[in-house]
Amino acid sequence: MRTDRIAKPAAFCALAFFCFSPVFAAEAIKIGAIFGVTGPAAYLGAPEERTARMVVEEMNRSGGILGRRIQLIVKDSGASAEKAISFAKQLIDEEEVVAIIGPTTSGESMAIKDICQKAGMPLISCASAETITTPVAKYVFKVPQKDNYVVEWMYRTMNKTGISKIGVIAANTGFGNGGKAQLEKYAAKYGIAIAISEVYDANATDLSALLTKVNASGVQAVVNWSIEPAQSIVAKNMRQLKMTAQLFQSHGFANIKYVEAAGEAAEGIIFPCGRLIVADQLPDSNPQKKLMVKYNADYKAMYKEDASTFGGHAYDALTILKAAIESAKSTDADKIVKAIEGLKDFYGTAGVFSFSAEDHNGLQMDSIDMMTVRKGKFVFYQ
Amino acid sequence: MPPEVVLQYLISGLIYGSIYAAVAIGFNIIYNATGIINFAQGEFAMLGGMFASSLSARLPLALAIAVAMVLTALSGAVLERVFLRRVARGGVLKMIVTTIGLSIVIREAALLAWGESVRTLPFFTGNEVSSVSFLGANFSPQVFWVVGVTALTVAALTAFFRFTLMGKAMRGCSASREGASLCGIDPDRMVTIAFTLSAGIGAVAGCVVAPLTQTHYAIGSGLAIKGFTVAAFGGLGNSVAAVVAGLFLGMLESFSIVFVPEAYKDVVSICVLLAVLFVKPSGLFGSRAAGALKDY
Repeated sequence: MRTDRIAKPAAFCALAFFCFSPVFAAEAIKIGAIFGVTGPAAYLGAPEERTARMVVEEMNRSGGILGRRIQLIVKDSGASAEKAISFAKQLIDEEEVVAIIGPTTSGESMAIKDICQKAGMPLISCASAETITTPVAKYVFKVPQKDNYVVEWMYRTMNKTGISKIGVIAANTGFGNGGKAQLEKYAAKYGIAIAISEVYDANATDLSALLTKVNASGVQAVVNWSIEPAQSIVAKNMRQLKMTAQLFQSHGFANIKYVEAAGEAAEGIIFPCGRLIVADQLPDSNPQKKLMVKYNADYKAMYKEDASTFGGHAYDALTILKAAIESAKSTDADKIVKAIEGLKDFYGTAGVFSFSAEDHNGLQMDSIDMMTVRKGKFVFYQ
Repeated sequence: MPPEVVLQYLISGLIYGSIYAAVAIGFNIIYNATGIINFAQGEFAMLGGMFASSLSARLPLALAIAVAMVLTALSGAVLERVFLRRVARGGVLKMIVTTIGLSIVIREAALLAWGESVRTLPFFTGNEVSSVSFLGANFSPQVFWVVGVTALTVAALTAFFRFTLMGKAMRGCSASREGASLCGIDPDRMVTIAFTLSAGIGAVAGCVVAPLTQTHYAIGSGLAIKGFTVAAFGGLGNSVAAVVAGLFLGMLESFSIVFVPEAYKDVVSICVLLAVLFVKPSGLFGSRAAGALKDY
């Protein structure tokens, strides 16, 4: 009988669920999440959403927070700032969540910064623009490394390798324009001359004409700042044009899918990034190693794909929130904020967080390292 | 500007143009049979690339592309039989709106089936870093494949619509459904064949450009907009005109980068399209008389 075939396993599953899941007496703790699961930032938002679901499931298995079950409410913003605004209002007014994690992109985060601040809603952003936490808004935090750290790491590496004349290309998005502005801001400090600076359409399918223009300006290196698949196209086009300039990418490149898409053209690309993607190459003495290797393994086991730093941001946001609620012993917004500001030497995937009332990011320059691609894998750049 | 840089821009223009033309051809087939614009055409190119990229893990590349073409052609036929035939009596506008809806459904289905990650096909000749040098300009050998496949398809289609009975019958359906029926042509069958053919050709276009453009679930709408621009620019229904218009637009976009940021190259091409359509609504090579007969 067909019904039998479905009914039996279903009954078994239900039984297993009741036997193995802890019993939660009190009302669930509602956590809101706004991620660009689909749309142009899906390469970031989708791993974030998957990670958040995985982490919440695991937290609930091991007793939830303060003995209460966690209820995660995920909204897919499609990376649109307008949608992020309406979802933020919905989460605050209708769902009455305790805190919001996300949004995925800097543009969305800036769009809801004021809303969360005015509503007194703790927000832990998963986007990287420096402006999200500078100037500090009482209720707004972020977990990825600031984009200015990324830029300074890049310029330091250029100083070491004798590169002084570069071309900058960036996607015409909040992320791309933010990175371009930081590159232009810090260039003089490191004695770097930007010979040409261009923006391109984020959905570009070929960039050979743009790179021809960059190449004609005689640069020693090209810096590309984007999160879209165009990152792989830039790498391929440069090799097809037989350009000799070194290619630097932003931390948006930290998804192994882009290396696969670029194939051999990805070899030797240099980019600054957190250590999550090379966790297995870290010495055992590194205090972050254990949790990062575990996260990578859990994610791969559950979703059959490699973890990226972006999923790591959702992991950090949730574990920080859990630690804060537990230390505050309360879900009151002001107490949560106070508790996050009190977190010191907290190990996450992006680095070691030490928050304070003045620093709502909690990460330092040392949370980043230079990476490169060798034989299709991410490795430390020596 | 040094001559090799000019040549490099020309070649970039050729790459853009042939990608656009490859997609535009599919628009023309369905237009020739039904008089409608199929806005799901970009989705056929996406499906072709996605099927082929999944299959190429297990099959040799050529076979993977062939199977992808058949699968996409079948999906084209199914879409026509299941959805479009039902609204066909409601007129062309209803059908066009339906194709927009279908394109969204296909895109979401692809997101569920393949996820959001970017995929690619192996380069047909050489690999990602292979490059051909010509008078100081460099480009990927895949460009030969895109240009060659597009040229072959256009030649075959032109012959099909001009010289074969079925091709003429298809054009007859577009001119007048009733008239075609009276002559013993089964318009429903012709329209199904047109969708099958155009989906198959869209899939081939999607496969041949995939090593260059890469592919993911959402790439279809961008390709469709450019393909439609080129098809309308050249004059709907005429594949040779689509190629000429595609190359013209590709060159325009490529050289526009010298003066305006790449991010605005679409603005340049859309402005030119609007200007052409204001002056000559039937497109560069379309005839005014044929344009006047259309329902919209």
